[in-house]
Amino acid sequence: MSNGTVATVLLIGKKLLTEMVAHALQEYPLEACGLLAGTVGEAGHAEVASVQATGNAARSARVYEVEPKAMLRADREAEASGRQLIGVYHSHTHTDARPSPTDIGQAPDPDWHYVLVSLRDVHPSVRSWNIRDGKIEEEPVVLQW
Amino acid sequence: MSVAVRFPTVLRPATGGRATVAAEGATVGEVFGDLIRQHPDLKTQLLTDEGQLHRHLNVFLNDDDIRYLGKLDAKVGDSDTLTLMPAVAGGA
Repeated sequence: MSNGTVATVLLIGKKLLTEMVAHALQEYPLEACGLLAGTVGEAGHAEVASVQATGNAARSARVYEVEPKAMLRADREAEASGRQLIGVYHSHTHTDARPSPTDIGQAPDPDWHYVLVSLRDVHPSVRSWNIRDGKIEEEPVVLQW
Repeated sequence: MSVAVRFPTVLRPATGGRATVAAEGATVGEVFGDLIRQHPDLKTQLLTDEGQLHRHLNVFLNDDDIRYLGKLDAKVGDSDTLTLMPAVAGGA
């Protein structure tokens, strides 16, 4: 499990990263969101095994809310595969890939990985963060080919 | 009635690390009462000071969100499963 003293890393395959960015572009100008399932190693290194795009129940360009039933399904699928939900991704359509005060205030789990896809610039950017006790810390995203 | 209640990882510190807890009750509210008797640290995680369901908690009775089944008054049966999940939200 990760904690405040261990530097974490997010390992993700090129195809899954592409899926997240494609979903963000598809939903533009609304914010897109989805869940990450995978495994977490001893050193807090999380490996994403699957990405589940979910609906944004808020249907908004400014806020997102993962559809609760989609989350229930994603959780069951992860458990059936011997994995767990390890994080969430969402898009920022007009700001950078950094958690907003709302993201920080509503972060549901200190052990999760919070991936931001920014569509502010011509080229989308993807960054991953830990959010604990109101503080954010960026973690490296290691692309697996 | 005894139902199985599944907890997300973020709530497991309050259940002694257990992912599933058996609890008694005929409604979701009664089951929550039994859970809180077993694990008092759950109280503030499940309910507001007014005794209502926290808005950042989603509760499913089998496949259905209890917000559409009467919330804490939703009736539960012996083979039912309650799944608790944090609401996941944010914004730019």
